[in-house]
Amino acid sequence: MSWLPKSRKARRRLTLIAAIAPVLAIAVGLTLWGLRDSISFFYTPSQADAAQPPAGRSIQLGGLVAPGSVIKHSDGRVEFTVQDQKAADKVVFQGDLPDLFREGQGIVAVGSFRDDGVFHAKQVLAKHDERYMPREVQDALKEQGEWYGEGAKPHEAAPATRTDASAT
Amino acid sequence: MITEIGAFALLLALAFSLAQLVLSAAGRIRRSTVLAAAGEGAALAAFIGNLLAFAALMHAFITSDFSVSNVANNSHSEKPLLYRIAGTWGSHEGSMLLWCLALTGFGAAAAILGRTLPRGLKAVMVATQGGLGVVFLAYTVFASNPFARLTAVPVEGRSLNPLLQDPALAVHPPFLYAGYVGMSVVFSLAVAALVEGRVDAAWARWVRPWTLAAWAALTVGITLGSFWAYYELGWGGWWFWDPVENASFMPWLIGAALLHSAIVTEKRGALSGWTVFLALAAFSFSMLGAFLVRSGVLTSVHAFAVDPTRGVLLLIILGVTAGLGFALFAWRAPTLSQGGLFAPISRESALVLNNILLAAATATVLLGTLFPLIREAATGEAISVGPPYFNLTFTPLMAALLILVPAGPLLAWKRGDAAGVAQRLWIAALIAIGCGLLAFALVSPRKAFGAAGLALGFWLITGSLAELVERTRAFRAPAAETWRRLTGLPRGAWGMTLAHIGLGIFVLGACFETGWKQEAAETLPIGGSLDVGAYHLVLETIGGVEGPNYEAERGIIRATRDGAPVCTATPERRFYPAGSQTTSEVYICYQGLSHLYIVLGERRDTGPQPVWLVRAYWNPWASLLFFGPGVMALGGLVSLSDRRLRLGVARRKVQAA
Repeated sequence: MSWLPKSRKARRRLTLIAAIAPVLAIAVGLTLWGLRDSISFFYTPSQADAAQPPAGRSIQLGGLVAPGSVIKHSDGRVEFTVQDQKAADKVVFQGDLPDLFREGQGIVAVGSFRDDGVFHAKQVLAKHDERYMPREVQDALKEQGEWYGEGAKPHEAAPATRTDASAT
Repeated sequence: MITEIGAFALLLALAFSLAQLVLSAAGRIRRSTVLAAAGEGAALAAFIGNLLAFAALMHAFITSDFSVSNVANNSHSEKPLLYRIAGTWGSHEGSMLLWCLALTGFGAAAAILGRTLPRGLKAVMVATQGGLGVVFLAYTVFASNPFARLTAVPVEGRSLNPLLQDPALAVHPPFLYAGYVGMSVVFSLAVAALVEGRVDAAWARWVRPWTLAAWAALTVGITLGSFWAYYELGWGGWWFWDPVENASFMPWLIGAALLHSAIVTEKRGALSGWTVFLALAAFSFSMLGAFLVRSGVLTSVHAFAVDPTRGVLLLIILGVTAGLGFALFAWRAPTLSQGGLFAPISRESALVLNNILLAAATATVLLGTLFPLIREAATGEAISVGPPYFNLTFTPLMAALLILVPAGPLLAWKRGDAAGVAQRLWIAALIAIGCGLLAFALVSPRKAFGAAGLALGFWLITGSLAELVERTRAFRAPAAETWRRLTGLPRGAWGMTLAHIGLGIFVLGACFETGWKQEAAETLPIGGSLDVGAYHLVLETIGGVEGPNYEAERGIIRATRDGAPVCTATPERRFYPAGSQTTSEVYICYQGLSHLYIVLGERRDTGPQPVWLVRAYWNPWASLLFFGPGVMALGGLVSLSDRRLRLGVARRKVQAA
């Protein structure tokens, strides 16, 4: 094979590149593909109104649980409204809610909008620590001027609770 | 009083670390053994100071001294002793103190055990370790002092988060930190090698035991954390590709790559630049992990104490330390020797491929973890990258690596024989494929991907055993000969075989659990039932239970299979008044290797009679998920006890030479 370089060093470098290139190409390809398809956007209800995510697309919906909106059914279903200052969305969730899920509390619901505009949550995230507010919710509320600062400095270890809806 | 002594000891440790840095550096520059020895003494003194500080904090936790702010925020007098002790590292401040304790401990150990190192190399290593100690101790003393007092002393503490009051999690941080911070010795060795301009077989032989120890500790730490998340959080899963999990997984992957590349550097003198690079990267990833976990820049489901101002400081520490290391690398690496040549098919090439795949897998995990930050900085949109991304990118790269694992050890150095390797492995491959086909045929529902994954797991095990058979000439030579060879195998070879088999066991568990797990959730009144997999669960009664620092509702759930009783599960839902928190105490019925995993959820009183949300998971072969990594860590320990790596042997060799 006369087109191969003559020096052994250069040949070795060529072999190394030949080994790295396909792995790198596959890794980059998979990464781009993965990042296109498996990221989920975070919206507050008013941002969701503006962005109009297609029904069935997995997103995260964050905001405050509207006071008086929580209805717990005995078949395990929970309905509540997530709101920011301008808009509100109805959320349906089947499963075990985090313990600090309360009216007025900031939460993030992971799931998708159905065709009828109701948000179908597969997970509801809220941290166990009552001083905790999910960061995205905090940022979004700050932008809307609805943020009054934290009651206390969060300095405790505070793992979250997460609940998965199992039967949907 | 003891608290003040602790605070003072911590300051002393900082001062001694500074002395360690200055004395050792001066010892290297002036080539003075006296100064270098003084530096080593300072390293030991820094460790003792830190140990005293740690003991003082632990004392404050055990005696529930709520005048210490950290204790008041994270402990409670009614907490059992184990969790009062574990509370020492349950908070941000305490865990940083543990980090510093590990750092100075490793520094002292390296200074004492490294007697065989060349003087210059050792002085630079001790100085670098001292520098790291100064940075992290200064951070602990000035930005997160665990000994800060409260002027108004509360009567009772706010308690450690009940989710963290668990035996696995009590010992998880010490292992994890031993792993994270163990990489600092490797980092310091790499810096020393770059300063001295010498990376040779002897250097790689010093790098390997430290990497092995850190990697094995990290394996245990991650597994304990995963096991804790599995049974304590009650989500039925064991890995969520959460930023906090990824933060500990990336140094593990880089450590695994380093373990393999250091072999090439040790045996063949090749890849020296790459090995040094990995050595720098391993600790940099540890520091990145510390930053990600503590700063709160990424939304995590296992969020730890978050504080943005501390995050900035940690980012500066990370940037400066890793930046200096890599700048030194860029400056000095071109001077390192290239080492021996090797053919495209050889053990060296197999190990290079292992490193390429591990590095690429780490890069995809890093990108997936940091992408939300990058995206938000660029476009202002908040997004999250979920498990599908990692399954899509990480899994294929790892699968490619796992296929190659059994072939590597059978290839000869320099120039290998692919046909010969195929000849030695075909039986193992056939058995593995047969097991995969059997799984495809027998396990319902049929899943091709799951069965392929199982075949891969079996392949790792049979392939590793084939290599053992090959080495001992089993079935070909007389039994006595095989026995002689088996007992004569170096511990390093046993370690490798164990680690690869452990990986196979883990892959089996991961594929079976992921592919065939089943779940069910329903609201049940007393006497209600639900089915999961082949099991029928009946909620018999719900009763109240009084714990040491909690009250609980305990469900009695009878599980039957085809009418035959299997077990009586007693999952609990606990309420901790100290932090007014509720947690679920999962009940796991162990069925051989598989788990029937039962969670008692919240009570709903809206209907005619009270109902409870009960979730149940059937997790087949889930025990292997935690047993496999245990075998891997054991492999690391066995390998660590190899004669070749024992430092005394190296010294005798040096003296003989």
